[in-house]
Order: sequence, then C-alpha cells, then structure tokens
Amino acid sequence: MNFAFLHKYASLMHAYRLSRTLTPWLAGLTLALFAWGLVSGLVFAPADYQQGESFRIMYVHVPSAWMSMFVYVTMAAAGGAALVWKLKLAEIVARACAPLGASFTFLALVTGSLWGKPMWGTWWVWDARLTSELILLFLYLGVMALHGAFDDRRAAARAGAVLSLIGVVNIPIIHFSVEWWSTLHQGATVTKFDKPSIHIDMLIPLLVMIAAFQCYFFWNLLVRVRAQILEYDRNAAWVRELDLPTRA
Amino acid sequence: MLVIGLGVLGIGVAVALILAAFNQNLMYFYSPSEVARGEAPGNRAFRLGGMVVKGSVQRDPQDLTVRFAVTDFAQQRTVTYKGILPDLFREGQGIVAIGQLDPGGVFVASEVLAKHDENYMPPEVAQALKDGKAQAGMKP
Repeated sequence: MNFAFLHKYASLMHAYRLSRTLTPWLAGLTLALFAWGLVSGLVFAPADYQQGESFRIMYVHVPSAWMSMFVYVTMAAAGGAALVWKLKLAEIVARACAPLGASFTFLALVTGSLWGKPMWGTWWVWDARLTSELILLFLYLGVMALHGAFDDRRAAARAGAVLSLIGVVNIPIIHFSVEWWSTLHQGATVTKFDKPSIHIDMLIPLLVMIAAFQCYFFWNLLVRVRAQILEYDRNAAWVRELDLPTRA
Repeated sequence: MLVIGLGVLGIGVAVALILAAFNQNLMYFYSPSEVARGEAPGNRAFRLGGMVVKGSVQRDPQDLTVRFAVTDFAQQRTVTYKGILPDLFREGQGIVAIGQLDPGGVFVASEVLAKHDENYMPPEVAQALKDGKAQAGMKP
C-alpha cells in the first residue's frame, strides 16, 4: 500500500472541508469591516489640510497597493512550497492567488492614477514607484499566462512558481523605491519604523480598510481554492460522494 | 532543485546589477544642488524638483506666465512656466518641473507637477502645528 498517495487526497479533502467551514465567517467579517471602514473613512474622517476631500481615495488605494504586494508574497511562498515539497495544495493556492493579486495591482494603479491627476497634475509618470508597481502587474500576468500555458497542471504550477519566485526581488524594490530614488510619489506614511505621519482619526479607518481587504482576499482565496480542489480531485472517491448541485 | 536555486540567485544578481547601472536614470528628478554642480544634462530636458520658495511666486498680469524659485534648502533655481498649475501648487510646496535650462541658467518649464508629502492631518491640526501650540497626536 502506498500511504503517501492516500495522504495527498486526505489533505485536499481536509482543505476543502476547512474552507467550507471558514468561508461564511470570513464573508461576514469582510462585510462588517468594509461597512465600518467605508463609513468611517468616507464620512467621518476629517478632510486633509492639503488635499481636502480628495485624500479619501487613499482608503481604496493604500489597501489595494498593500494587497498587491501581500498576495504576491503569498503566491511566491506557495509556489516555493509547491516546488520543494510537491504539495498539490500549495500549487492550488499559488494558482488561485495570481488573478486576485493582479486585480489588486490593477486597482492600485487605477486609483493612483485617478488620485494623481488632481493632486500632481498628471495621470501617470515613469517614476520608480509607479514603474515598479506596473512591473508587478506584468509579473502577475506572466504567472497567469504560465499557469494557462501547459496542459499538465503540475508542470504549469512549477513554471509559474519559478517566475513568481524570481519576481519576489521586485517587492522590496516597490517598497523602498520612494527612499532609494527621488520619486513624484510620496514617501511611506504608515509602513515605516517611525510613528505614522497621519492623524489618528484618519489612520484608524485606513487600518480597518486594510483589514477588510485582507479578509476579502482570504475569503475569495478559500472559494477559489475549493473550486480548484474539486477540479484537481474530480475523479477521487470523496468528490464523487459529495452532493454537488451541478454534477452531471 | 539546485538548478532552480542557482537560476533564481543568478537572476537576482542580474537584476541588482541592472538596477545599479540604471540608478541615475531611475532618479525621477534633480535637486537644485545637483543642477548647480552641473550634474543635470545641459542640452536636453530634465526634471527639477524642490520646494517653492516662500514669497518667490510672481505672476505675469498679462498672461499665464509664472516665475518662482525652487530650493532644496542648499541651492535655489529660478523657474519660469507658462500654463495652468496643479491645485496643490503653492509657496512652500514640493514640486517637480520638466524643462530645460536657458543660457542664463533659468529653468524654463514645460510642465509643473505638485509633489505632496506623506503627512495627513485635519486642517485644524495643521493650523495648530503651524502656530506651534499643540502636537495633537501628530508628528510634524
């Protein structure tokens, strides 16, 4: 008997069940955090002394930009685990991360552009921060393309993992770009060792929005992972035994 | 496994070298001090960044021409610009101007962008900080 074979299936089945249990809780938490963050950020937070009401786009821009990097590191770590330990679950997580991360990156770029026009006077400049964030979007698209380029799902996962691991070098570049080079983009407000340079009444809604984005990501990730587990294991006995509504 | 590890390491080193080589080109703007030291290109357009010197903004009453000085608190450079300025443009504000030096050493800008800093606070707190009265949970 090959018990390693059994263990793999058990682990995907376990992940599927765990995901099903956690999803409704995460969904509720996400909605509650969004309601709190959006109302306190868009209504109750005071206007900025320089940027007036326009600064409120920060409550979408900053969480998106944070998530664009967080999801990338998650994807690369899962990819690394998939390469080293040949874990199917890690392959699935990495594959599920890519389109989510690409969406967050796109949202960060678009909201940044909408913010840049009234404040800086331009939609786009090729400074180090904006350029490195754009490269991040291309990295995500590259990983997604690799995931889709192979008939063999496991070969696709390995190729995507190698590219995402190489691309990790871009993450510190994005974060420190505003320190290493002179950029039009502002320096760090919150993510620095010093005290945050933002008033507490503006900071709390921002942190709530970041938490909301985090929960949204985990919620979405669990749903996507579950769908892919079913696809990976569609011929396994435990999937056949599930009472799935769309099963033909 | 070793091949992949070496590949990742190799590409990491390559990226680091490329970034080091392009370091100067990634600089979004030059400071007035760098321009004074002659580090900015003389014969083509470049970006000049700094703070608008308080009291230096002069507007031409006839057209949209604006004349002001930017500083990095070591050197100053006079800038002229004809056009509409961004909302955030004001004295004491960080800006980035795109243009060229004329023979007289005046920076003739074709575009002026405002650069805001990383500080966010309500107007009352900003006023209080300005008056030097309160810190109100803010680091200046």
